Amino acid sequence: MMMPKQKTFRLFAVAMLAMSVAIPVAQADDDRNEGYGEKRSGKYGGENRGKPLQPAQTNAKFQQECSTCHIAYSPGLLPAESWRKVMAGLDKHFGSDASLDAAENKEISAFLVNNASNRWSAATAPLRISESVWFKRKHDASEINPAVWKNPQVKSPANCAACHPRAEQGDYNEDAIRIPK
Amino acid sequence: MFRIFHIGVVFMAVAGLAAQPAWAETPSEILASIQKEAAGTPGFQGFSAERGMSFFKAKHTNEWSCASCHTDNPAMPGKHAKTGKAIDPLAPSAYAARFTSPKKVEKWFKRNCNDVLDRACTPQEKGDVLAYLLTVKK
Repeated sequence: MMMPKQKTFRLFAVAMLAMSVAIPVAQADDDRNEGYGEKRSGKYGGENRGKPLQPAQTNAKFQQECSTCHIAYSPGLLPAESWRKVMAGLDKHFGSDASLDAAENKEISAFLVNNASNRWSAATAPLRISESVWFKRKHDASEINPAVWKNPQVKSPANCAACHPRAEQGDYNEDAIRIPK
Repeated sequence: MFRIFHIGVVFMAVAGLAAQPAWAETPSEILASIQKEAAGTPGFQGFSAERGMSFFKAKHTNEWSCASCHTDNPAMPGKHAKTGKAIDPLAPSAYAARFTSPKKVEKWFKRNCNDVLDRACTPQEKGDVLAYLLTVKK
């Protein structure tokens, strides 16, 4: 009579052990609070930013040209197709003319496309980073008090550096977040 | 030791040469080349800093004027009207790198004139604005 009970316990112990190994691995892959976005197509329904966000080797033209009006958003934040679309429409870039000459455009496009999100499996390709599912989940009302967006120091979701001081370096670590008062 | 110094001097000279293109011209040289362009248009009678100032501060076709981002005082740092990103002063007296690269001047006139007027600026307009900016004291 002891045997089945022991066997059950052993199975349970093995299962627990397996879980304790599996869970940290799954979490280490990403930041917290992402579990509920899981779908068959991948995390965030496939609209997931890549890793790393900013490649180890950056591009001087990209740094210079993409940071005059806003911070140079890390290429890993959007899929390759989004960058292709952004770079094809620079003459009307969110209401502004941000056109480049052909050589600059080609070089920067290649850099963005080559370093785009490597975890974006959805067929979507938004133009705005803030339209992606991962962005919305990370910044929904349960995460960020809606009043924060109205703070003039924040102004717009495009202003990453308002709360992520090292956004320009591609560092969005949660521990470094400083929400302006 | 001497050798290291030698290499250092060569390196600095090369770095100095490499930095050259950004400072290829002075603002007056750039103004002169805009003038050359404007001279071809009928009725051209030179540039006016005063006209440049009103052009700079006024709204034209669109919601933004030049001053929307560069402020009413081009000797002061500006701020992008949409993103809030800081912009260095536009007046050469306040920021020496301004109007020293013809390529940059062309690029930004094209972009900003489209944003403000929905069209390219005429040589007259560009010259007036630069003439105005050159009168702005720090």
